[in-house]
Amino acid sequence: MATTAPSIQPSATLAASTLGIAKRGLLKFLRTPQLVVLGTIQGALFLLIFRYVFGGAIGAGGLSYVDFLVPGFITTGILFSGMGAAAGVAEDLEQGFVDRLRSLPIPRSAVLAGRALADTAVVVWGLAITTVIGFAVGFRLHGSLTDALAAFGLLVVLGFAFEWLFITLGLFAGNAQAAQGMALLVFPLTFVSSAYVPVESMPGWLQAVATHQPITVMVDAVRALTQGPAAEALLGHGAGFYVVRSLLWAAGILAVFVPLAVARYRRG
Amino acid sequence: MTPIIEAVGLRKRFGKTLALDGLDLVAEPGQVLAVLGPNGAGKTTFVRTVATLLRPDAGELRVAGHDVRREPNAVRRAIGLAGQSAAVEPAMTGRENLELVARLFGQDARSARANSARVLDQLGLADAAGRLARTYSGGMRRKLDLGASLVGAPRLLLLDEPTTGLDPRSRIELWDAIRALVERGTDVLLTTQYLDEADHLAGRIVIIDHGRVVAAGTPTELKQRAGRNVIEVHARDRADLARVAAALAALDHGEARVEEATRRVSVAVEAGADRLRDALRSLDAADLAVDDIALRPPTLDEVFLALTGQPLEQTPDDTAGQPAA
Repeated sequence: MATTAPSIQPSATLAASTLGIAKRGLLKFLRTPQLVVLGTIQGALFLLIFRYVFGGAIGAGGLSYVDFLVPGFITTGILFSGMGAAAGVAEDLEQGFVDRLRSLPIPRSAVLAGRALADTAVVVWGLAITTVIGFAVGFRLHGSLTDALAAFGLLVVLGFAFEWLFITLGLFAGNAQAAQGMALLVFPLTFVSSAYVPVESMPGWLQAVATHQPITVMVDAVRALTQGPAAEALLGHGAGFYVVRSLLWAAGILAVFVPLAVARYRRG
Repeated sequence: MTPIIEAVGLRKRFGKTLALDGLDLVAEPGQVLAVLGPNGAGKTTFVRTVATLLRPDAGELRVAGHDVRREPNAVRRAIGLAGQSAAVEPAMTGRENLELVARLFGQDARSARANSARVLDQLGLADAAGRLARTYSGGMRRKLDLGASLVGAPRLLLLDEPTTGLDPRSRIELWDAIRALVERGTDVLLTTQYLDEADHLAGRIVIIDHGRVVAAGTPTELKQRAGRNVIEVHARDRADLARVAAALAALDHGEARVEEATRRVSVAVEAGADRLRDALRSLDAADLAVDDIALRPPTLDEVFLALTGQPLEQTPDDTAGQPAA
């Protein structure tokens, strides 16, 4: 005699389960004061140091240093606030949270999508904070408001793309400490770019790296959008040139890391 | 009745280690099945395979009538998993944790709320429901984790070493909670390294080693084969060991085990306290001095020895060199 389950429950849909998992990620952030407060203070501190300590020694062509720095700072900020995702994913794996989710009747992609959504929201929060501090230390828009909003939108897209890089790192790392270690590759990536100093001030071989890596393109897109003609004159191309290249990079990052993360997650 | 779990010739290999080596096991509905075995025996691999977290390399595995490879989602709807660590979100309250899992099971907001409240109440966590899980004690977290595996009203609950690392009091509280569930009709598969845990909770025990079943039966059957109790004597003088062993062996016509290094002699006995009195009497009559004497349940090691005639091996990768026949 065959037994049947007393009530066959419907599985949660992709959207519902993604949102449920994203909500958990957000609550974890909001209810861990260390993450919110320390992250914010750290960001502010570095911005102040660059602006007031190093700033005087760094020439930035036609722009004032604060106008040069803040777009770079905000753009690299999405990597610094995003790198926490790597350790977070590894921790979920270690502590059995991922096993719990994998044993539930939900679409497998929901777990990673929920994670990426929540972490992108965290990145947006960091973005908003550094923008406010940027204005407080003298940063001003020299382009249109529409362009500035476009810059913000672009940063959110880039933040989402980088999340998948960090999620992949977390899945492959095996434990939170290793994941954190791997996420440190953010440092050379951000410092060897046009984010904090003009690329022209670097030695020739380093210039070649800095000019062609994605962070520089993204920083320059934000710079061109927020600083208008002065920035475009300094950079050599119009905003569109950098925006299109940034979006291509974002698409490339997603095309590589989404399938990689999903494949690794499925394998268990 | 369709068995709740039916494994035939289940095989799973990790690199050189054969974690499951042709495991055969049938769990009938309406009972608690304990899988007992040493570290590395394949217990966790088996549970993870039942939970669809791992795919078997070979063999058949049906859970609640569904094939784990062909219908993993049907299996997932039938099971609740509580693993070795408490997989709850510390930054969410007890209630939020359970409601999240209930929603992921496809319940609407109202039934998720109602089911979470019911489970919290069942587990004695109602008072702590509004507190963040990070303020919970280890035992409470483990209970909440158990709750998360229950909130989807599964037919089969999978508990992988549910009390490992808990203090004795929390352990007994969790046992009570599990027993109460069983009375409500949930089938349970649990793994453990502790014979007393299997004894307290399970109607049927399967002992596995090196990924294979080595013995199965009710707790009473297995213990009858292994001796209900063990008397252990710590001899004062090494020279007396042989005579102590002889005195103890005479008690129940059993075979005494002698550990030279620790001057310990142990023997399995049927009746507990009476035999302890007899033991004291005959040791006294033979004028044998002891430092310590104790009556205790047999260890897994001793059950293993009695049932398999082999001592428990501590190296889990001994099977690595064997051909995968």
